[in-house]
Amino acid sequence: MPARRDSHSPAGKSLPERGLLLLIVLVLLQGSVLPLGATSSPDTTRNVDNRQVKEEKYNYTKKAFPVLTLDYHHIQAPFEISLWILLASLMKLASSLSVACDTGAMTEHQPVAREDTALLTGQEAQVLQGPDGQRGTTWLDWLSVRTQLKGFHLIPRLSGIVPESCLLITVGLLVGGLIKLAGEDVPPVLDSRLFFLCLLPPIILDAGYFLPIRPFMENLGTILMFAVVGTLWNAFFIGGLLYAVCQIQPANPSILHKIELLPCLLFGSIISAVDPVAVLAVFEEIHINELLHILVFGESLLNDAVTVVLYHLFEEYSGAGTVTVLDCFLGIISFLVVSIGGVLVGVIYGLLAAFTSRFTSHVRVIEPLFVFVYAYMAYLSAEVFHLSGIMALIACGATMRPYVEANISHKSHTTVKYFLKMWSSVSETLIFIFLGVATVDGPHHWNWTFVTVTVLLCLVSRVIGVVGLTYVINKFRIVKLTTKDQFIIAYGGLRGAIAFSLGFLLDNKLFPMREMFLTAIITVVFFTVFVQGMTIQPLVELLAVKKKQEAKRTINEEIHTQFLDHLLTGIEDICGHYGHHHWKDKLNRFNKKYVKKCLIAGERSKEPQLIAFYHKMEFKQAIEMVESGGGFKMPSAMPSTVSMQNIQPKKPPPAKPAEKAEKAPSQLPKGREEEIRKILRSNLQRTRLRLRSYNRHTLVADPFEEGFDMNNYLTVPAAPPDSPTMCRARLSSGKDTDFKPAQQQKGNKTSPDPQSYRAKPESDSVPTIQVDLASPQSPDSVNVMDEFRRAGQQQRGGGRGEEDQGLMMRPHKTGEGADGKDPQKLTRCLSDPGPSADEEEDQPFLP
Amino acid sequence: MGALQSSPGQPEYVDLKEKTGFSFSQIRVLHKRFKLLSHNGETLKRDHFNSIPDLACNPIRSQIIEAFFDRRNFRQNGEGPVDEIHFEEFLMVMSHFKAPSPRMIEERESVRREKLRFIFNMHDTDNDGTITLEEYRHVIDELLSLSEALEKDTAKSIADAAMLEVASTSMGHMEPDEFYEGITFEHFLKLLKGFEIELKMNVHFSMMDTPTFCK
Repeated sequence: MPARRDSHSPAGKSLPERGLLLLIVLVLLQGSVLPLGATSSPDTTRNVDNRQVKEEKYNYTKKAFPVLTLDYHHIQAPFEISLWILLASLMKLASSLSVACDTGAMTEHQPVAREDTALLTGQEAQVLQGPDGQRGTTWLDWLSVRTQLKGFHLIPRLSGIVPESCLLITVGLLVGGLIKLAGEDVPPVLDSRLFFLCLLPPIILDAGYFLPIRPFMENLGTILMFAVVGTLWNAFFIGGLLYAVCQIQPANPSILHKIELLPCLLFGSIISAVDPVAVLAVFEEIHINELLHILVFGESLLNDAVTVVLYHLFEEYSGAGTVTVLDCFLGIISFLVVSIGGVLVGVIYGLLAAFTSRFTSHVRVIEPLFVFVYAYMAYLSAEVFHLSGIMALIACGATMRPYVEANISHKSHTTVKYFLKMWSSVSETLIFIFLGVATVDGPHHWNWTFVTVTVLLCLVSRVIGVVGLTYVINKFRIVKLTTKDQFIIAYGGLRGAIAFSLGFLLDNKLFPMREMFLTAIITVVFFTVFVQGMTIQPLVELLAVKKKQEAKRTINEEIHTQFLDHLLTGIEDICGHYGHHHWKDKLNRFNKKYVKKCLIAGERSKEPQLIAFYHKMEFKQAIEMVESGGGFKMPSAMPSTVSMQNIQPKKPPPAKPAEKAEKAPSQLPKGREEEIRKILRSNLQRTRLRLRSYNRHTLVADPFEEGFDMNNYLTVPAAPPDSPTMCRARLSSGKDTDFKPAQQQKGNKTSPDPQSYRAKPESDSVPTIQVDLASPQSPDSVNVMDEFRRAGQQQRGGGRGEEDQGLMMRPHKTGEGADGKDPQKLTRCLSDPGPSADEEEDQPFLP
Repeated sequence: MGALQSSPGQPEYVDLKEKTGFSFSQIRVLHKRFKLLSHNGETLKRDHFNSIPDLACNPIRSQIIEAFFDRRNFRQNGEGPVDEIHFEEFLMVMSHFKAPSPRMIEERESVRREKLRFIFNMHDTDNDGTITLEEYRHVIDELLSLSEALEKDTAKSIADAAMLEVASTSMGHMEPDEFYEGITFEHFLKLLKGFEIELKMNVHFSMMDTPTFCK
């Protein structure tokens, strides 16, 4: 087994890893350009060091070879970045542990964290002893952070009440405070460039790629109304009233009098935008119903264009001091350009990504990279022209997703999903921690009047805006927004790090009151995240707002969704009313007729949605059946006793006698088994024929080693609620004609001796074969098929013939399934379509 | 009915308004459309529907049209198909697609039942109170009828899987020799419990009075 893994892991896994490495290196380069975390620029110190080294060389011509040297500056920037990320991940781990696990599970995990701490302490101590004594204090801080971390575990109850974002900000505050206490300069961590170029894109791409398109489009009007009109209203209301308040300050000449109208409006536009990061962080935890979630979240995404335009407009004219009507007009044009341009850029890149993914079937390993890079390019391209990068990312992700998903393999999809989730969650954690650090660091100018008025105005304008807009919107909506909905929408208007970064970007010379603005922004952010974020959960409970339904989508619901779509389109057509459904239908038809054909390879492009859903579900069900015990028991939702023969008409219409004979076998308890076999057979048959010589020794052997691990994976509650597509059953893709040559090639190669496949790892370097490994027609699943076939045939007393003799380790009891290990093996075989059996991470997503 | 056609005054509409719950303006718009479809006649026949160009590419066209000629949808306790419908019946069928009022929760439940009943009736073509496997297969067939490159078996197996799901959710335990007759309306309600049809099966009737939409 080790031999096999050695041979496979470089070929099968290294490329995505290498891609990740490349990206990380890019990020790190970015980071090293920025003055991130370095009190003194590493470059200059390195020069100094070099010079010292040179001098030493000249002075002491003969010196013993340094066995162990210490050159911290060499790795300072990446090291510190990694430490930040590590800290962020550990915090995430800590908070998720304390939220999700009961005490028992915690004690199980705690040693791991402690071990980690010990490890780090060792490293840090090593650094401490170095000549760079000044840095040592920082490491002491880190140490104390770790002790806090341990403290986190011990207060699970707290994190049940307090949202994660609040905890993270608190951690940031503590870290910042400790750095400050140690007498060091706090690194300007939440630098705006770092924030906008590195931290924000992953979160937005994650949001855009997994955007629930259907509810989003159905509520697009409402969302746009809130995002555009609502944000405008907030900006002008807050800015204007703030200016008024500043002016009516009692006679004593205070600093507030110097503030002009335009900076106030600029401040208003910064502070008025609802922040997607904060909204995501809070709304993910309260599990609110889909409508409210998409309304608030969609607003936070789409208001970016408004914010960008307003920000640039006011920043531009704050110097000039006046705004003419022409400028307003240009502002409106600019808004249209920024938003539509951003969407256009995103759509273009999304289509490019989809088109590219059509041809990636031979380089499965870098498929996920295309998704990330195209999306990031879209973001950067939009930012070049100061278009809305957020909208570009959203549009890009949402556009490419359906096509990319149809093209890329199941594994690549898992990779995409994991990377997006990983990046976004690390970014989110870093953002909140940095927010805390920046709060401690920032040059504050606390002005009671200004801050209080800002917070109040934010609340008031949000409430007025939502209520007023809902009044208008409800005239057009079929499903009206109730008072409760309005309250949650208004209350969910959280502000976050985007506002802070925009404030941070302000020029100190143009805006002498920048520090006061920053303080006010931070206060508002803290107020919304802490007060509103902490109270929204109890309020949701109190008001009995409808929660999200976690139930799985059944096939009947899918059928009726489609049916209803067509029905409503038909009714609209009969009414002669070209409404929402009419245009959606037109768009769908266009999509099916032209776009899909261009962008999706193979027969998948013609597959109707219902059938795609059915295949997915079929696959899932097959897995569940196998998981629940050798294939005899039904998954928990379905009692085992209902089977095909129960619904099959007893007296079938004369037209279909043959079918009855086929479908209603006489053996009663085997009805289920028959059905599983039928499903698997129909899905796998072609592949099986082609690949039957593949040996599955590896798959049988692996579970013995890692069975325990796998169980752990299975119990981790990692699966997010909305991951139906994760379970794309690629098994039905005997249609993906692209692979046939490669597979046949391999089949021929390995057919004489099943073992030869592993005995010749060199063959993996041949690209075609490598492709085949990641391809959806997994050889492993074939073996399951074989097992089922065999099981069935054994029961019928039929032998298998020559091929069976090659397989030494096949389980003999698969048929009866009572043996505890067999389901496990089957599970693995089914759920892991790739050849490397040590990748169980697919598991949590499949059921 | 003739009076309706000649002068669509308020008194005639009052009656219809009470029966269907539409507003006057909605009735007026629909009446205009009715006349357009019927070529200023008093009744609509199946051919009139068949000649609507936009409907031609709807996969469930025949079922939609049949729904308009189904007595069960007229709220008059009748059953069986009719050959032609008057404006009142047209309006009755249309009223199934009216949005519920947001206030009453009990009302929502009844609206939900009513809307689901409409769909149930569309599936239950022979009006025996159950959707049999044959009928359900027919539904899926129609639904997929427009997508090319489709194996016949797929539609059938989808229907089978769906039926199996119904049987197992609604019956729970079944002996092997028992037979699940078909989906009754109660089962149908239970089946689509999570499917918020009262929020979905709605058409904007009030926004179509722009003249351009009525040609």
